[in-house]
Amino acid sequence: MSDNVTSKQLLDHYARKVYADAAEAKAAGRPVGWSTAIVPQEFFETMDLPLVYPENHSAVISARKRALGFLERAEGYGYHADVCGYMRVNFGYLLDGARGDDDVPPAPVPDFVVCCNNYCTMIVKWYENLAKELGVPLFMIDMPYNPEGAVDEARVRYIRAQFDRLVGQLEDLTGRSFDRERFREVMEISRENARLWKQAFALVGHVPSPANGFDFYNYLTLMVFMRGRAETTEVLRLWIREMEGKIARGEGPFRDAEEKYRIMFDGIACWPQLAHTAKVFRSYGINITGSNYPDGWAVQYETGDLDGMARAYASVCNNMSLERAVEKRVEIIRQGRCDGAVYHMNRSCKVMDFTTYEVQRRVFAETGAPYITFDGDQADPRVFVAAQFDTRVQALVEMMESRKEAER
Amino acid sequence: MSGEKRIRAILAGLAVVAARPGEAAQRLTREKGKPLVGVLPYYAPEEIAHAAGMLPVGVWGGTADASMAGHYFPPFACPLVKSALDLALRGVYDGLAAMIVPALCESLTFFGQNFRAARPDIPFVPVVHPQNRRTPEGVAYLRAEYEKVRDRLAEIAGREVTAADLDRAIGIFNDHRRAMRAFLEEAPRHPSLVSPRVRHAVAKSAYYMDKADHAALVGELTGLLKSLPEESGAGKRVVVTGIMAEPEGLLDLFEEVGLEIAADDLAQESRAFRTDVPDGGDPLERLARRWSLVEGCSLAFDPGKERNRILLDLVRNSGARGLVVLMMQFCDPEEMDYPLYRKEFDAAGVPVLHLEVEPRMSLEQARTRLQSFAEMI
Repeated sequence: MSDNVTSKQLLDHYARKVYADAAEAKAAGRPVGWSTAIVPQEFFETMDLPLVYPENHSAVISARKRALGFLERAEGYGYHADVCGYMRVNFGYLLDGARGDDDVPPAPVPDFVVCCNNYCTMIVKWYENLAKELGVPLFMIDMPYNPEGAVDEARVRYIRAQFDRLVGQLEDLTGRSFDRERFREVMEISRENARLWKQAFALVGHVPSPANGFDFYNYLTLMVFMRGRAETTEVLRLWIREMEGKIARGEGPFRDAEEKYRIMFDGIACWPQLAHTAKVFRSYGINITGSNYPDGWAVQYETGDLDGMARAYASVCNNMSLERAVEKRVEIIRQGRCDGAVYHMNRSCKVMDFTTYEVQRRVFAETGAPYITFDGDQADPRVFVAAQFDTRVQALVEMMESRKEAER
Repeated sequence: MSGEKRIRAILAGLAVVAARPGEAAQRLTREKGKPLVGVLPYYAPEEIAHAAGMLPVGVWGGTADASMAGHYFPPFACPLVKSALDLALRGVYDGLAAMIVPALCESLTFFGQNFRAARPDIPFVPVVHPQNRRTPEGVAYLRAEYEKVRDRLAEIAGREVTAADLDRAIGIFNDHRRAMRAFLEEAPRHPSLVSPRVRHAVAKSAYYMDKADHAALVGELTGLLKSLPEESGAGKRVVVTGIMAEPEGLLDLFEEVGLEIAADDLAQESRAFRTDVPDGGDPLERLARRWSLVEGCSLAFDPGKERNRILLDLVRNSGARGLVVLMMQFCDPEEMDYPLYRKEFDAAGVPVLHLEVEPRMSLEQARTRLQSFAEMI
C-alpha cells in the first residue's frame, strides 16, 4: 500500500479481503467457520481457522438493499417475520444456494459454526438451526447473563472450562496442536486493538468531532473480523492519526456544514435505510458522537490472563444488568458530549429493545439530554417509516435547541 | 360416592383452582400458613423454595389487558411476560415473599430486569441456566446458581435450608411429576370425562396448590379413571405443542370440533413434568443435573434438534393423527424450532396446524381453522 492511502481505503480493502480469504481457504479444502460477532476469536486466530460472521454478512446485504429477497425466502421456509432479520437474511442466503454477487459477499458454506451468546440469547437457536441444517459441528461458548451486574466466580470458572474444552475441540478438528506461544501473541494484538478502539472513541468525543456520522459502524467490520490481527492495528493507528490531524486543524466532521448537534445513537444502525437516516441527521447538522453498539468490541484483558479474558467477554454490555446499561450510556453521552439521544427500536434486537424504555428514562434523569425513539430494523426494510423518523428527529432538534438556549 | 361422581368432584375442584389462580394462591397461603413465592417459567428450582418452607406458585401471565406493561415493554414483546409485568404493576403480586425469574429467553431475562425496576419492594431471585448443560462445568455452574437461590431464599425465610430439607422437597416434587405423568397417560382413554379444557385444568392447578396435596388428588383421580373402561372415543386425536394452551376458551374449540388431546408437548404441561430430579448425592447438584436431562424443549440447548424426533415419536406413539402448534406470539425460541420440525412432519406426511395464540386472539378464526383441520385429518 502506498503512503497516501487513507484508513477508509484500507478498511474497504480488508473488508473485501476477509470474504475472499474465506472463499480461498474453503477452495483449498481448509475448514471455514461461521461465528457470532463477539466470539473469543483468539482461539480461532491462533489455530489459523478463518471465520465468517453472518451478522456482518447480513448487515452488508441489508445496507446494499438486497435483504428483502432473502427475508422472503426464509419466511417462505417457515421463519416468522418476528424473528431476527439478520438470521432470516442468513437463512435466505443459504436457501438461495449461498451465492455471492456484486452486492452480496461470497460467504462460503461453513464446515463448523461457533456460537457465543454474550450479547444475544436467541442466537443460540440460530446456530442450533445452522448446525442441524448444514450437518456441521457447533462449538457453543456459553456466557450466562449477569442479572445483577458482576460476573461472578462461578461464571468465570464455567467459561474458563469451556475455553479448555474448545481448545481440545479445535485440536480434534484440525489435527494440529494448540500453539500457546502464538496464542499469547494473538492475545497481545487483540489487547492492543481493543485499546486503540477505545482511544478512537475518545477522539470521536472531541468538539467538533473528527468522525462523521456512522463512521465507527464502518470500522467495526475490522473489530468483528480481524480483532486479533496486526492489519487492524495498522488501520486503527492510521484512523487515529487522521482524527488527531483533523483535531489539530480544527476540522469538524462535515466538509460543507457545521456540527450543530451531537447525539448518541443507541443500537445497531438501520442498515436498509442508512442513507436516509444519515441524510436527515446531516440536514440538521446532527453528528453521531457516541453509541453503545461499537463499544461491545472493546474487549479488554491482560495478555495471558484467561480468567480476565473470560470476564471481559462475559461483560459485553448486552449481557449486563439494566443498571450497567444505564451507566454505560451515561458514560457514552458524557464522553461524546452529546446533546441528545436517538434510540433505535430495532425490531430484530429484543435484547436492547426490552429495556429501552426504562434505560432511556434513567439516562435522561442522569444527563438531561433529550431523546427520541424510532421504529426500524437492522435488516428488514419493511419496518421503518420515514415520516415517523423525520418528524421525531425534528422534535429532537427542537428539544436540543431549547435546551441549548436555556443553557446560554 | 361412586367412582365417576368422585372423579367429577375432583375435576371440578381443580377446575376452580385453574380458573382463579390468584384466589387459589391466597387460599393456599392462608391454609398452610406459609409465604408464597412467585415462579416464572421455565425449569426453576421450585424445590428450593419448598425446602425453605415457602409455597412456590406459577406466574404465567393471564390478562388480556397489558397496557401498564407498555411503560416497560414495546408492543412486540411476548404476551406472557407483558401480562406478568402488568399484573405486578397492578399489585396482584403484592405480598409475595420473592419472585424467582429464570432467564431462558430474552423475554424472561428482561422481564427480570424490568420487574426489579418496577417492583423493587419484591425480592428478585434470578437464576440463569447454562446452555452447555450436559458438561461437568455446566452442572457445577448451575449448582452454584442454585446455591445462591438457596441462600437468598433462606435469608428471606429467616431459616436454614438443609440438605435434608432439599432431599424431602425433591422427593415430593418427583412424586408429583410421576403422578402427573400417570394422569396424562390415562386421560386420553376417557375423553368424555377429561375434555381438553379439563385436562389443562388438572395440569395448571398444579401451580397453585401444595405439591403433595395435588399429587394425592391426581393420584386418586388416575386410580379412579383406571377402574373405568376405556371409551371408544368418537373424536380425532391430536398432539398439541407450544408454551401453553391459553387463552381461555381456546381448548373448548377443540372439543367443539371433535379434537381430542392424545398427548401434549406444552412447556406449562408435559415438558414441566417430563424430567425428574435424578437420585444420589448432593441435592443441589441433583437439581442441577435435572437440567442436563431435559430433552426436546425449545428452551434447552439442543444442537442435534432432538426435538424433531421426540415430537414426531410423540404423535406416532400416542395414536394422534396430527400436530397442533399453539404458537405463542413473539416467542422466538418456539418460532425458531418450528421450520425444522415442520419439515420433518411434512416429510413423514403427518398433518400440522400452526395457530398463533395470544390473549386477544380471535377465537372465531381459530374455530374455523381447527374445524378444517379436524375435517382434513
